[in-house]
Amino acid sequence: FFQYCLSGHPTLPCNVLKFKSTTIMLDCGLDMTSTLNFLPLPLVQSPRLSKLPGWVLKDGSTFLDKELKECSGHVFVDSVPEFCLPETELLDLSTVDVILISNYHCMMALPYITEYTGFTGTVYATEPTVQIGRLLMEELVNSIERVPKAQSASMWKNKEVQRLLPAPLKDAVEVSMWRKCYTMPEVNAALSKIQLVGYSQKIELFGAVQVTPLSSGYALGSSNWIIQSHYEKVSYVSGSSLLTTHPQPMDQASLKNSDVLILTGLTQIPTANPDGMVGEFCSNLAMTVRNGGNVLVPCYPSGVIYDLLECLYQYIDSAGLSSVPFYFISPVANSSLEFSQIFAEWLCHNKQTKVYLPEPPFPHAELIQTNKLKHYPSIHGDFSNDFKQPCVVFTGHPSLRFGDVVHFMELWGKSSLNTVIFTEPDFSYLDALAPYQPLAMKCVYCPIDTRLNFIQVSKLLKEVQPLHVVCPEQYTQPPPTQSHRTDLMIDCQPPPMSYRRAEVLTLPYKRRYEKIEIMPELADSLVPLEIKPGISLATVSAVLHTKDNKHVLQLPPKPAQPPAGKKRKRVSDDVPECKPLKPLLSGSIPVDQFVQTLEKHGFSDVKVEDTAKGHIVLLQEAETLIQIEEDSTHIICDNDEPLRVKLRDLVLKFLQKF
Amino acid sequence: FPEISYLFFFCLGAGAGQDVGRSCILVSIAGKNVMLDCGMHMGYNDDRRFPDFSYITQNGRLTDFLDCVIISHFHLDHCGALPYFSEMVGYDGPIYMTHPTKAICPILLEDYRKITVDKKGETNFFTSQMIKDCMKKVVAVHLHQTVQVDEELEIKAYYAGHVLGAAMFQIKVGCESVVYTGDYNMTPDRHLGAAWIDKCRPDLLITESTYATTIRDSKRCRERDFLKKVHETVERGGKVLIPVFALGRAQELCILLETFWERMNLKAPIYFSTGLTEKANHYYKLFITWTNQKIRKTFVQRNMFEFKHIKAFDRAFADNPGPMVVFATPGMLHAGQSLQIFRKWAGNEKNMVIMPGYCVQGTVGHKILSGQRKLEMEGRQILEVKMQVEYMSFSAHADAKGIMQLIRQAEPRNVLLVHGEAKKMEFLKQKIEQEFHVNCYMPANGETTTIFTNPSIPVDISLGLLKRETAIGLLPDAKKPKLMHGTLIMKDNSFRLVSPEQALKELGLAEHQLRFTCRVHIQDPRKEHETVLRVYNHLKGVLKDYSVQHLPDGSITVESILIQATAHSEDQGTKVLLVSWTYQDEELGSYLTSLLKKGLPQSST
Repeated sequence: FFQYCLSGHPTLPCNVLKFKSTTIMLDCGLDMTSTLNFLPLPLVQSPRLSKLPGWVLKDGSTFLDKELKECSGHVFVDSVPEFCLPETELLDLSTVDVILISNYHCMMALPYITEYTGFTGTVYATEPTVQIGRLLMEELVNSIERVPKAQSASMWKNKEVQRLLPAPLKDAVEVSMWRKCYTMPEVNAALSKIQLVGYSQKIELFGAVQVTPLSSGYALGSSNWIIQSHYEKVSYVSGSSLLTTHPQPMDQASLKNSDVLILTGLTQIPTANPDGMVGEFCSNLAMTVRNGGNVLVPCYPSGVIYDLLECLYQYIDSAGLSSVPFYFISPVANSSLEFSQIFAEWLCHNKQTKVYLPEPPFPHAELIQTNKLKHYPSIHGDFSNDFKQPCVVFTGHPSLRFGDVVHFMELWGKSSLNTVIFTEPDFSYLDALAPYQPLAMKCVYCPIDTRLNFIQVSKLLKEVQPLHVVCPEQYTQPPPTQSHRTDLMIDCQPPPMSYRRAEVLTLPYKRRYEKIEIMPELADSLVPLEIKPGISLATVSAVLHTKDNKHVLQLPPKPAQPPAGKKRKRVSDDVPECKPLKPLLSGSIPVDQFVQTLEKHGFSDVKVEDTAKGHIVLLQEAETLIQIEEDSTHIICDNDEPLRVKLRDLVLKFLQKF
Repeated sequence: FPEISYLFFFCLGAGAGQDVGRSCILVSIAGKNVMLDCGMHMGYNDDRRFPDFSYITQNGRLTDFLDCVIISHFHLDHCGALPYFSEMVGYDGPIYMTHPTKAICPILLEDYRKITVDKKGETNFFTSQMIKDCMKKVVAVHLHQTVQVDEELEIKAYYAGHVLGAAMFQIKVGCESVVYTGDYNMTPDRHLGAAWIDKCRPDLLITESTYATTIRDSKRCRERDFLKKVHETVERGGKVLIPVFALGRAQELCILLETFWERMNLKAPIYFSTGLTEKANHYYKLFITWTNQKIRKTFVQRNMFEFKHIKAFDRAFADNPGPMVVFATPGMLHAGQSLQIFRKWAGNEKNMVIMPGYCVQGTVGHKILSGQRKLEMEGRQILEVKMQVEYMSFSAHADAKGIMQLIRQAEPRNVLLVHGEAKKMEFLKQKIEQEFHVNCYMPANGETTTIFTNPSIPVDISLGLLKRETAIGLLPDAKKPKLMHGTLIMKDNSFRLVSPEQALKELGLAEHQLRFTCRVHIQDPRKEHETVLRVYNHLKGVLKDYSVQHLPDGSITVESILIQATAHSEDQGTKVLLVSWTYQDEELGSYLTSLLKKGLPQSST
């Protein structure tokens, strides 16, 4: 049992598990922090960005000034943003049998895996994961493709050149592996390989392994996975939450009795309390708007935005914001809002009950109906006519490198009345803002990450008690910026096994049993014997059949009778075949009773002699000697087969067979 | 050792057996008792409308006897008796149904209660509170989710089409299983997908057989026919009444009419009877994931259940002049608004009533469909029916072809037909037995069917033993079936198959070695070592497949059997061969002694 670790990002994991005879990929997260090294893609020509000076080396050479631009002391690549893919060289990805997806954020690298590696297997995910995952991919592709960039920088990736660059470009890993965004046809091809599954559905893989998704409480349709055979159980916990937001609560009980628990996707901001952050979000928003400023919320088109809209729904009237327009701008805004209303079965209990009434589970339906919330596919078209300020805009992408958010940063960045509020925890907000500096606009950081924190993890581990925990190395030490906070790491016994990108782990457990089926005919023929109270034994001699990793024991076929009347065969034909092994024997022979039995069977001249370890029984006439000891019996006789067989059977009567 | 266990099957009350009416089935499987559906009969107004639960247990509490109750879908002939059963007879155990069923079922129950109690003034019926209390016992299940009812009993729902949220259920204990289909349809319609099940090979498949002999003509034809009739009636200024159940057919026909009206640019109003049906469309919008592929794909652009041409009905509209189309509940014209409208319109031959589904005996729907034109209404009043009466089978049940298709999908070992009429079922039964060579049963109401299963027994085999055996199986000579030898340890309820050595060790027992040594006399005047060499060559020639070795100390081994030669104490011309083997080598040892007894072949030298 091995685990190949293809991603070093703890919340965007990509691991491959070799479990029994199957190769299972757990998630394929796409590390998009690489895009922070690139210049933003403006929707509308931005004079500021196009006037940025080219970067010049210390020695004055300018050969990179077309590729690299400088902005407020930071250097950016002026090219189409690229992503850091999971490791593709560690093992042959065409051998992956299945991919299990835990939530829509952890499937963004899927097209790279399914369309570029020769992958021929099946992907399993829940319906909301697939639908919302598709929306995220669509938005990503759309926001990059609609701003065609003439130049594609590659010179800076040269190892010799990269060494000369300033941080963080100098330290960026595996830049040669960075890839441009995939296309919609590739997205569609990748998604067509997905098979939909429901929570607690048991999926058989090749008869050897069973996988089951469990509710993880983090997002619509988000799941943890159980990978098990009859005797071993691996739990894969990825992006789970114990907070009550909109999704169905996390199923913890089913994680019990795991041999190995792989733990990924914990909160990225362990020190921030999501509830407090939501409060801060609301008050900052209200303050800005009251002062006549606009609020920009860079966000993904699904997920926390539903919760934010729900909070605002309750908040805007009391805060006197009912006349302020809320805009949600994304090519998939409408779809996202619509889809959220139809996944009743994947929602928390309260929202489910609403559907039974029947009412839409999310109140944003009402916000839309009352025109408080308006959604647009982009800033072009209807939006430009309806646009009123001051307003609140929700739009992507949270990296601030592409999408409509770039336009609003350029538009509102110069005024200190406006505020940008960061709620998504995936990107460092300072890095995100770097290419927009200097900035007059207020920046508020309210990261809302509902995933498990370390206190919850230690409670969870105490509760489900896995034998071993496996986690990314980041979780086994305090965060680098807070090295004194030893509470911000996983604490369990035995200590967790940690992994890092491009590592192969051997998972620690040993199987001792396998399932086998005894056919009814064979079962009928077995003769159980009670050896000890409550324990019975039966010797089994049977034929083993193995097909599709399932083992079956059948009654041995009856020996074929030699055709009658045929002449006695030659000696060599009579050589016994590999006959059923004789059973092992156990027990001891009580000499007195044995002698009595012999006498009963017509042996009249039995003589017994004592030896150091037992007895010798002599049959004088037959010149036969039987040595009887505690754990052995030895019959020494002439070549008189009937006699030997008779004595053998008498001895066997006193012994138990195994 | 569990050798044979059986499934016990039982239909309660007129219905699930050979009569379309109310479904209620009891299944006992490996000691677990599961009740499937809890329907009521619409044709009766007395005690006979509910199943007789005293069949289940005479004295004991139902909760103690039943492990769970499963409801397949929200039609009242499948869930109408549920509040009576759980609140009035008394059952506190779990009731399983899908989310849409859980959402819609209480609304239909309440509607039905209102008609019976408030309008007809019947007493001794369940109350609104009872419906609420009953629904609190319901556990909602997802499609394909394996629900562990208890340690041994698990159930799993499959998509059944038929109506929103309809499901087939697999009930499994150990390796024995039953599939209950409820009502299902195998062809997708305008709003629902087709039923689907995997090759789960149940011991028993309990399938409905409403349309057991019908192989229905193409759906398109029927739809065209329907539209033509509606259109003609409206054109000549007539009114069309379509009695429907609030959910199901109603939505399909609405989609059909809506698109037709749009296409033909028709102006005649289409109405929905108040209450239920508007709400019903809302359920379809929220549970859109349960509808068919096409609707799901396009719902963001256009929700098929938001109708432009179809408006809510008001009682006063029935007297409006001019053409109109009205969908009204209930579907069998046995009560409520559909019956009221029917009475108003029945006298005019320009009007038309289209019955889009099956009607049980005793209902007005059934009477007019069987040709009756003079109906005795309450208060001895005679109603003459002059309006046209049309029957269009839109009920989403599987036809004979569909039932056969489902059997092919699931590969059951036995089939049991319910929810159909005896004659039709007999025909289907023969067809199933012929084509699939499985037993097919069609129990009468109240009858018990016992089906014996003969499951194989799962045991744990030690990996060491299995590896040893599979390693042998990999040898070139693997064609012959190899016997494996092991010891089955049965302790409490666990079965483990281990090697005999391990079994002894685990039980703390020592092995008892049984050894034989036989003296074989051989006439050979040569020296001992020469005799030994002759024996060695002889054995090597005969026992080609065995490992025969001549050891330096002068002895010979054949596998683990030891042969030593000594001179005879008295006769120099005779040598004594001592052949020694353990009981485990009994066959070979015995064979060797008899072989050697025959003497050595004359040496050629």
